[in-house]
Amino acid sequence: MSKMINMTDRIKKLRDQSLQAINCISPERAILLTEFYQTGIDREVSVTVMRALAFEHILKNKYICINDDELIVGERGPAPKAVPTYPEICLHSMEDLEILDTRPKVSFKVDDITKLAYKEMIIPFWKGKSNRDRIMRAMTPEWIEAYHAGIFTEFQEQRAPGHTVCGGKIYNKGMLDLIEEIREAEDHLDFFNDPKAYDKAEELKAMKITANALIGYAERHAEKLSLIAKNEKKRGRKKEMEELATICRNVPAHAPETFHEALQYYWFVHLGVITEVNPWDSFNPGRLDQHLFPFYQKGLKEGTLTREKAVELLQAFWVKFNNHPSPPKVGVTAQESNTYTDFTLINLGGIKPDGMDAVNELTYLILDVIEEMRILQPGTMVQVSKLNPDAFIHRALKITKTGFGQPSYFNTDTIIKELTHQGKSLADARNGGCSGCVETGAFGTESYILTGYFNLAKVLEITMNNGKDPVTDKQISLFTGDVATFSTYEELLDAYRKQLNYFIDIKIRGNNVIEHLFATYLPVPFLSILIDDCIMRATDYNAGGARYNTNYIQGVGLGSITDSLTAIKYQVFDKHSVSMNDFLKALTTNFKGYEQLRFELIYTTPKWGNDDDYADDNARQVFEMFHSAVDGRPTVRGGTFRINMLPTTSHVYFGSVINALPNGRKAKEPLSEGISPVQGADTTGPTAVLKSAAKIDHIRTGGTLLNMKFNPSFFENDESISKIASLIRGYFRMDGHHIQFNVVSATTLRDAQKHPEKYRDLIVRVAGYSDYFNDLEADLQNEIIKRTEQATI
Amino acid sequence: MNKGLIFDIRRFTVHDGPGIRTTVFFKGCPLRCQWCHNPESQVLDTEETIKTIILDNRTFRKKEIAGRWMTPNEVIQEIEKDRPFYDESHGGVTFSGGEPLMQPDFLSDLLDRIKAKGIHTVLDTSGYTSRANFLSVIDKPDLFHYDIKLINNTDHQNYTGVSNRRILENLLLLCENGKNVILRFPVIPGITDTRKNIDGVRELVIKVKDHIHEIDLLPWHGLANSKYKRFNKPNKLGKTRDLKKEDLAWISEEFGECGVKVKLGG
Repeated sequence: MSKMINMTDRIKKLRDQSLQAINCISPERAILLTEFYQTGIDREVSVTVMRALAFEHILKNKYICINDDELIVGERGPAPKAVPTYPEICLHSMEDLEILDTRPKVSFKVDDITKLAYKEMIIPFWKGKSNRDRIMRAMTPEWIEAYHAGIFTEFQEQRAPGHTVCGGKIYNKGMLDLIEEIREAEDHLDFFNDPKAYDKAEELKAMKITANALIGYAERHAEKLSLIAKNEKKRGRKKEMEELATICRNVPAHAPETFHEALQYYWFVHLGVITEVNPWDSFNPGRLDQHLFPFYQKGLKEGTLTREKAVELLQAFWVKFNNHPSPPKVGVTAQESNTYTDFTLINLGGIKPDGMDAVNELTYLILDVIEEMRILQPGTMVQVSKLNPDAFIHRALKITKTGFGQPSYFNTDTIIKELTHQGKSLADARNGGCSGCVETGAFGTESYILTGYFNLAKVLEITMNNGKDPVTDKQISLFTGDVATFSTYEELLDAYRKQLNYFIDIKIRGNNVIEHLFATYLPVPFLSILIDDCIMRATDYNAGGARYNTNYIQGVGLGSITDSLTAIKYQVFDKHSVSMNDFLKALTTNFKGYEQLRFELIYTTPKWGNDDDYADDNARQVFEMFHSAVDGRPTVRGGTFRINMLPTTSHVYFGSVINALPNGRKAKEPLSEGISPVQGADTTGPTAVLKSAAKIDHIRTGGTLLNMKFNPSFFENDESISKIASLIRGYFRMDGHHIQFNVVSATTLRDAQKHPEKYRDLIVRVAGYSDYFNDLEADLQNEIIKRTEQATI
Repeated sequence: MNKGLIFDIRRFTVHDGPGIRTTVFFKGCPLRCQWCHNPESQVLDTEETIKTIILDNRTFRKKEIAGRWMTPNEVIQEIEKDRPFYDESHGGVTFSGGEPLMQPDFLSDLLDRIKAKGIHTVLDTSGYTSRANFLSVIDKPDLFHYDIKLINNTDHQNYTGVSNRRILENLLLLCENGKNVILRFPVIPGITDTRKNIDGVRELVIKVKDHIHEIDLLPWHGLANSKYKRFNKPNKLGKTRDLKKEDLAWISEEFGECGVKVKLGG
């Protein structure tokens, strides 16, 4: 264990409170919003001003929650883990509420008052009028069919676009300074020559309303704090609350002056963003060690801050994120969605805008906080540049070793290449990083929106069936030919390309409409204040106001599609060991009667992830096809479509809509995730996986995700940790984007004993030796399981 | 073209020398150590085995050939694949076996070619080869991993099948020539960890300590039991218990007292 910092009693209490709080639905926001819309004001003012007034109405009237002994104040709902709903975006039905209340995993309690409010007020008012209803009405039959077949998902169907990260602006400017900037922008409006001048004036007016609303919201906290302070008996806490009240009066109105004010300011901004709408990936302070370092230094120098106090404040800040689970979905996804995580991803390290190493004393302090807190949210990552010291990676690896999946590792130098390749300035690129899972963005200046996962493997299934979906027996796409008549692999690939392009076109058409609907009906004037250059352009974030605008389509199942194409190429066209007809039959029967073929597919066919060009070249081909179908196409907001390769958990859903695949995968089983090899298909060791993964051109993506499993023994001492660090550095010098380590648990090892074919990649350390787990005798496997149980916490 | 018989090339070996390495396992060994953990490496010829694999409750039999005749270029191609990782970790390639020196010309050729590419090399050897053979490669590897098993020659003959005379002579040759050497001592319960043998090894260590970097203790483990079964070879140590850290402490102490760095594991 590394040097541990002590958690104060206060933090222990706040952390426990957060861990024990029960996730529940709060009807507060929905009631306030409905109340507001019922006044009919939406017919009196412009949409954007109306949205600003709605924001103001919520912040003026919502319950102010101050938890005992808190150091950072403010809750989105009336209490920790009380989650509001957003009926103007998607409306929960009574059945949805029932599912959320009763499902065994990731449930949200729904009390009678909430049910009553929904039944009597919220549902009657919003039924058929949510943005989701608008979207579904606007989609074409082709889109609906592809969507239901599981070719792609749609991100903005239930949550608003956001996918952005706070830059450094708020640490230098208070809301009053920003209002001043808005006024200046108003002065520059040209009603004589700019036909959009009125729209812009309304947008700026709306921005001012929201900025003032946030100041007012902080003031309400100040008032409540002062009031509680009056009756507080403990003198220490009384003084603390008076100080907190002062902080809430200073920020967000003015630029923060202390470490504490900087954190409280960000937190108010965070609450503003996730109250205005339910944006994807909630919101994110981004490069936290960079933003806070000047305040940390100043506090230490002036004697107003100690290292211990800074740690306590950071820990209190961490608890706040954990108090805010992601808003639950409706419909089918209410049953499927299985995470409370709302994807805030704090970035550490990397490089500064001037190109120098950004790792500082605070970076290490925050790493200590991460290790100590061990909570689900916020997510954390380290940006590793060739300029960063080894000690930084080593410190992070010691946290990874403890097996709770944090932090993950990102390649700063590649992130900067990706961003500059997309046309961003070098300074904006260096201020960037990754958010959500692995998505690259220029922090504070870019709107980079994920629009949906795209099922690369399902497209092959449709291709193999000449445009028909064998799961539903419906013709949902083009007739690209009977594959049994194809005489070359190239013919198959060509058919696949046609199918892929067909579905990408459908997806992009849908995106263009959805984006327009958000720009028209759901502007976000508050978020627009935060992201440059919305104020200067007097244009909303959802209408292209950001300096850079990017839309992503995320490819899923690279390993599955690669191995499937490779299997056909190898077995049908090169070795002629099976005819295409028989292959199709094997897939239809889910390999029943074709067990020998399945064995050959799994055990003797080349696969992605083994540094074998025979398979890896097929991955590159699929990547290029996908890239050229998407990359460079224009978006409604004046931006560009691009690709990235990440699945979150969609590889499970996408697998569930596909019958057997040519790589030997059986019907309904999950696809491979990210750019990782198919589960268990990489049998040549981790360096081979990384070499394969580096063969696709990461720089032309906005992020790729690679997962690796390791036994804790690989992290056992400084020497082995330094070897893992070299593994990361080696991948990153080949421009790999991201890697995360899944330190395997004893449970996983037990599962590997039961299903060896799924864990052919699993390497474990045995007395000075490493070997594939599958190759060990049962008694030795058991011993390693025992050892693993002891090594992991 | 001259070819060598290789039974495995493993990437990301992290216990066979500094940094991240690729280990090339030569097939064929003049020794028959009873504790050998790579029994498939002993015979200088290809061997056919049947691996049984269970998939969906069915048993499949897969024929596997242990050993493949490879050209130096084929081996080098594999080695070069992990170059970025050698560079980052100051790693390289390790030649192990079997006994690489049983194929001296092939080994010598490989070492020359790899050296020319600037890749770090380790030779993992029993040292059992003629003086002439040994001298032909002695200047080539960057580091030797040199096994010392039993000091008493009769014991050595009993448990490994060969005399240790050449082994001890060749070790002195390495020392005289100022080569980088790490001694490797397999700790085999009841065989090499006897009081008598430890005393013998101590004496040797004292003699060569100025010429060696460290001594690594390689504890016995039952990892190879399944291989003995698969290759249908007699496994005399099949029932031997695995060693614990405590079993090694005293040996570690004894060697440490001689003034040499002792490391547990490779």
